[in-house]
Amino acid sequence: MADPLLQISKLDAYYNDFQALYQLDMSLGEGEVLAIIGSNGAGKTTLMRSISGLISNNSSQMRYRGNPIGALRADQVAALGIALVPEGRQLFPSLSVEENLLIGGRLGRKGPWSLRTVFNLFPILEERRTLPSTSLSGGQQQMVAIGRALMSNPDLILFDEISLGLAPVIIKSIYDALPNIVGEGISAMIVEQDISKAISVSNRVYCLQEGRISLEGASKSISREEISHAYFGIT
Amino acid sequence: MDWVNVIVQGTLLGGLYALFAAGLSLIFGVMRLVNIAHGDLIIFAAYLGLTVVMTTGLHPILALVFVIPAMALIGYALQVGILNHTLGDDLLPPLLVTFGLSVIIQNSLLEIYTADPQKMDAGVLETASFSLGDLQLGVLPVLTFGIAVVVIASLQWLFYRTALGRAFRAVSDDQDIAQLMGLNRRHIFGLAMALALAVTAIAGILLGIRTSFDPSVGGGRLIFGFEAVIIGGLGNLWGTLAGGVILGVAQTIGAKIDPGWQILAGHVAFLLVLAIRPQGLFPRISG
Repeated sequence: MADPLLQISKLDAYYNDFQALYQLDMSLGEGEVLAIIGSNGAGKTTLMRSISGLISNNSSQMRYRGNPIGALRADQVAALGIALVPEGRQLFPSLSVEENLLIGGRLGRKGPWSLRTVFNLFPILEERRTLPSTSLSGGQQQMVAIGRALMSNPDLILFDEISLGLAPVIIKSIYDALPNIVGEGISAMIVEQDISKAISVSNRVYCLQEGRISLEGASKSISREEISHAYFGIT
Repeated sequence: MDWVNVIVQGTLLGGLYALFAAGLSLIFGVMRLVNIAHGDLIIFAAYLGLTVVMTTGLHPILALVFVIPAMALIGYALQVGILNHTLGDDLLPPLLVTFGLSVIIQNSLLEIYTADPQKMDAGVLETASFSLGDLQLGVLPVLTFGIAVVVIASLQWLFYRTALGRAFRAVSDDQDIAQLMGLNRRHIFGLAMALALAVTAIAGILLGIRTSFDPSVGGGRLIFGFEAVIIGGLGNLWGTLAGGVILGVAQTIGAKIDPGWQILAGHVAFLLVLAIRPQGLFPRISG
């Protein structure tokens, strides 16, 4: 296998004063989709925030295309082509739907995604483009958050709790859209509570437990028993 | 007729107060920074204008060509070099640092320019007037008010119609998420302060033409600016203009009743608004 797109080695990361990740090793190949599962407090969000640069780490603990990125600021990481769809959407409330998308595209990276293609992916957003982002339903807000991340034409897109707090029908439409997103040659990391959903869209799965990897394997070959064992730490 | 005149003159005075306030409103809106040194920066701009006028012989209004870019550069350097390091969850460090800055600016001006009151000579512009019906209007106050309207309208346009304004609003909403969009907040804050001090430059020059100034009068301009911002409602630029006008009208009405009441009447109007509508008359409306 060629050099991985993202290589995390011996990552210790902190959530405020509390150590959330311990000596974590992880790799992500070009074009690969990883699912990250684990119970609350397992360190998934800390992992997402570490990769995207919102939490600063030791430089060499994280390499992207071979270059150390662990100590970069979030805006520098974003410029390299890593986008995060944050937990809870976190749209800009004083910006309209369209402005939220435009600000995602301000880095001006080249690629398939533009206002046009995002509106094709989520047509409802075109109807609502001038509305304040806060006036949308949770599902529509998640579409804006995904579109905003896509607008930067990332090579790696991170989804933190992609379906948390959304209605099942919305979750389904978001998952229906996923192949159109990662099918464009974008690698992805998806944090998901719903294990069967996570397995169905990914190539490989990592299960986190108390800041350590308790299970790693190909999504196809991994068994339910292994997962529940790794998830709950039942011995 | 007297009273109409009082209200018109107060309104025009309000334009100057809105210019004092616009920079304050802008930096508070973008980065939640309360700049105690704002009034001293206005006076600093006035002295900068005075130096330009004395060395080049330019008309004070034309001196803006130098003073605006100079203040903008100082603003960027000040923000990136010092103030960015004080911003965080705690509101106290930036207050203390800008307070210190205020002391430093005042004393530096005192060292360089002495405590003697200075004034910029704008020639005929200072006394020129025209009549409108029974009213006699000074050209300078009308010009000041016109500039204030243009400045506020430009800031409004910039905030709601341009990519830079979008970046300002995004950083103001959520710094972390804005950072994820590739916005470097330190740079954006620097640009916001540059813009604020560019407006301050205009305010300083107009102040220096209108009245005499000395290094100690910055604090009073800061109070007027604050009051205009609070009366108008935080985060609303047109509200800031309205706040300036209300303050100006209150002051001229006070002065009409008794010349000693001018400043007091402004403060009373401010306290009344604060007591009845603490959020200001026109709190943040996104356009």
